[in-house]
Amino acid sequence: MDASTSHPPSPGFGETGETHGPHHHEAGHDHEHHELGFWRKYIFSTDHKVIGIQYGICGMIFLFMGFSLMMIMRWQLAYPGQALPLIGKWLPYIFGANSMPDGKMTPEFYNSLGAMHGTIMIFLGVVPVAFAAFGNFVVPLQIGAPDMTFPKVNAASFWAFAVGGAIMLTSFFVPGGAAKGGWTSYTPLSDIADKGPGFHTVLNGQSLWLIGFIFLITSSLLGAVNFITTIIQLRAKGLTWMRLPFFVWSQFVTAFLLLLAFPPLEAAIIMQLMDRTAATSFFLPAGMIVNGAPLHVSGGGSPLLWQHLFWFLGHPEVYVLILPAFGIVGEILANNSRKPLWGYKSLVFSVLVIGFLSFVVWAHHMWLTGMGSTVSAFFQTTTLLISIPSVIILSAFFISLWGGSIRFNVPMLFVTAFLPMFGIGGLTGIPLAFNSADLYLHDTYYVIAHFHYIVAPGTIFGLFAGVYYWFPKATGRMMSEFWGKVHFWPSLICMNVIFLPMFLQGMLGMHRRWYDGGQGWTLAGEHIWGLSGFQWNTPISWAAWIMGLAQIPFIINFFWSIKHGKKVNDNPWEATTLEWTAPSPPPHGNFVTTPVAYRGPYEYSLPGREKDFTMQNEPVDPSERSRRMAEPALAH
Amino acid sequence: MEATASLNERTEPTQSLVARQFDDLEQQRGAAELGMWIFLATEVLFFGGLFLAYTVFRSLYPRDFAAASHHTIVLIGGMNTAILLFSSTLMALAVRAAELRNQTTLIRLLLATAFFGIVFMVLKGIEYYKDWTDHLVPVLNFDWHSPNPGPAQIFFWLYFAMTGLHAIHITVGIFVMLTLALMARTGKFTTGNYTPIEIAGLYWHFVDIVWIFLFPLLYLAGHR
Repeated sequence: MDASTSHPPSPGFGETGETHGPHHHEAGHDHEHHELGFWRKYIFSTDHKVIGIQYGICGMIFLFMGFSLMMIMRWQLAYPGQALPLIGKWLPYIFGANSMPDGKMTPEFYNSLGAMHGTIMIFLGVVPVAFAAFGNFVVPLQIGAPDMTFPKVNAASFWAFAVGGAIMLTSFFVPGGAAKGGWTSYTPLSDIADKGPGFHTVLNGQSLWLIGFIFLITSSLLGAVNFITTIIQLRAKGLTWMRLPFFVWSQFVTAFLLLLAFPPLEAAIIMQLMDRTAATSFFLPAGMIVNGAPLHVSGGGSPLLWQHLFWFLGHPEVYVLILPAFGIVGEILANNSRKPLWGYKSLVFSVLVIGFLSFVVWAHHMWLTGMGSTVSAFFQTTTLLISIPSVIILSAFFISLWGGSIRFNVPMLFVTAFLPMFGIGGLTGIPLAFNSADLYLHDTYYVIAHFHYIVAPGTIFGLFAGVYYWFPKATGRMMSEFWGKVHFWPSLICMNVIFLPMFLQGMLGMHRRWYDGGQGWTLAGEHIWGLSGFQWNTPISWAAWIMGLAQIPFIINFFWSIKHGKKVNDNPWEATTLEWTAPSPPPHGNFVTTPVAYRGPYEYSLPGREKDFTMQNEPVDPSERSRRMAEPALAH
Repeated sequence: MEATASLNERTEPTQSLVARQFDDLEQQRGAAELGMWIFLATEVLFFGGLFLAYTVFRSLYPRDFAAASHHTIVLIGGMNTAILLFSSTLMALAVRAAELRNQTTLIRLLLATAFFGIVFMVLKGIEYYKDWTDHLVPVLNFDWHSPNPGPAQIFFWLYFAMTGLHAIHITVGIFVMLTLALMARTGKFTTGNYTPIEIAGLYWHFVDIVWIFLFPLLYLAGHR
């Protein structure tokens, strides 16, 4: 599946690649050799750029799939119990007869869609694109390295991801459908779902979810090992830690988060898999009644243990989703405001502090378990502390705009939208950090709106910005500016129409797992409290579907521009970091001459220069040196 | 293919040991070692998840854990501890032999390390067999004297899960040692590039250390 989906665009990347390489393709090249080369070069490649692009394309396909699941769910929320027109008849042929009989959604299928939307979006969509795709493609180029330290491990990481993704997709087609236990797979529900007559011991949705996850974790761990060693070992000469682009820093911390957060979850997943297949009861308490009958397990296990192990991953994972976006935003912001990134050192230390603190806040996802005031006081404090570095980062980004000569190209539009959107997401998180406020808001649409503001118009806008920004480096061609704007504006408007009303819905008490869109809640609101006018499910759903349409210009623009976009030089954005010194697209081995770094990453509008940007590999001449010594801000 | 190959092999013949992405042998060695250490960090956390589960359940059910731990075979566990520690010493000597470019000693020490790994596995197998005949295997074959067998079962699940995962690591290690011994016959590791021996050594010591923690927690918890 994944191999074939990454297949079509590859020739485009390749054809242009050859013209820049040190060895030109001969005109009379043997056709048979070329075919052999294709598979090694574009499918089973160990080149970090090809792997990055493979990750990127697979990840974007998964993002679209995850979004499609949500678009189906939104029908049920807007028009509960009604048959889905047009495609409703066909969905049972894909998802099984019990998913949507006569086009009407069953509650089980709704749960499946919710669980798989979260899983696919986070673990198969955003992480592969934000960390693996951008990290693989950009990091070695930005640090002036010819490749990752372990290219074969890198390829293994991609193929583990592909297998994991394939298993996750397969789970839709087994009897009973895909996992229903939510993306958090809370026990005991996830331990006892999809069991009994009619279900295979292993080939059922919930168990396949766990098995797929083991592959995804393996993939992330291999990736993280590779990223850390690459950044530590393979930086170009002169590229000291404080000269690293901010993007590299954010990827470095992200790699550590994945490295340290995933293994405990892997252990927990193996335990849950044993619970489901080997009849253990690590997470099953004694004396449970299911469907009116006592459950025959030995018992004694602890469901809370699963929650702790899950959120020990789950919270760092949140920062895995946002930190790469911070990195992308930092690069594009400095480039398009033609100013150095304000407070570079504060940004770096903030990212490091976030990385550390993200490991000691996990229990704020578990206020409802009643953990007692001592423990919750600790986790409330750490949760509030972690907002400080986040605010420092956001403030530094805003200040970077001050007094700049801003160019509003497409990447910059997404970045400028990112800043307030992430701000809304972050600020609305503060009430959730308090135990007392969270008890009310937890599991309402308020929480949905909060984290989607961070991940959807936050991270995903950052990713779009990154795609538009580095596209010329990968292909040598620009994506269309006009169609980029056609993509941007409807997406921005729809995002807000979707998620802003959810804050109010949540504060009015609409629960996030109601499969009928809260019909009883609406009725009670109208007749008991006299609140009317809160039936926003329908407009939200329409906004979601329109946003789906708004992605079509992007998809067409992306694939069309690979072959037909405007040809540009190696540094079309007039940027300063090392990746723009390599040819576009970079050949195998990346650089024509091994780069050496002489200065910091964002030397824009340096006084006394003709150009308003000075690249990292431009040596410092003596007159400039004496001037720099006088000015401490430029001294490093 | 030709074009790819020619792009691939930019390195000069004298540098054939150094992969394309590295400047020199020193950097390559540093990277490989660092990569192994980082991989071992993930392993520590992986076993850490299981140790956490052990801690939680032992603090929930201290008496059942002590009683269940009584049924493990301390003699075999103790022998295995000694065997692993000894094989770790041999591994350390093997790294030294590679450093001194002593091919024969290196091969012998690698084979000896693998041999003691196999002895460990044989003893472990005997122990599992005894556990089976003593009815200590949960679900399949479990017979417990107390009316509430749940917590004792959790102990034995943890016992089998943790020692089982450790045994998988030992098995991988044995194959690594045997492969390295085969490769060492060509003199590959005694020309100055002994990085694979060194990182295999790191791995073997790690497996040893995990056992050092498993042994007291699983075998000695009920003995005072």
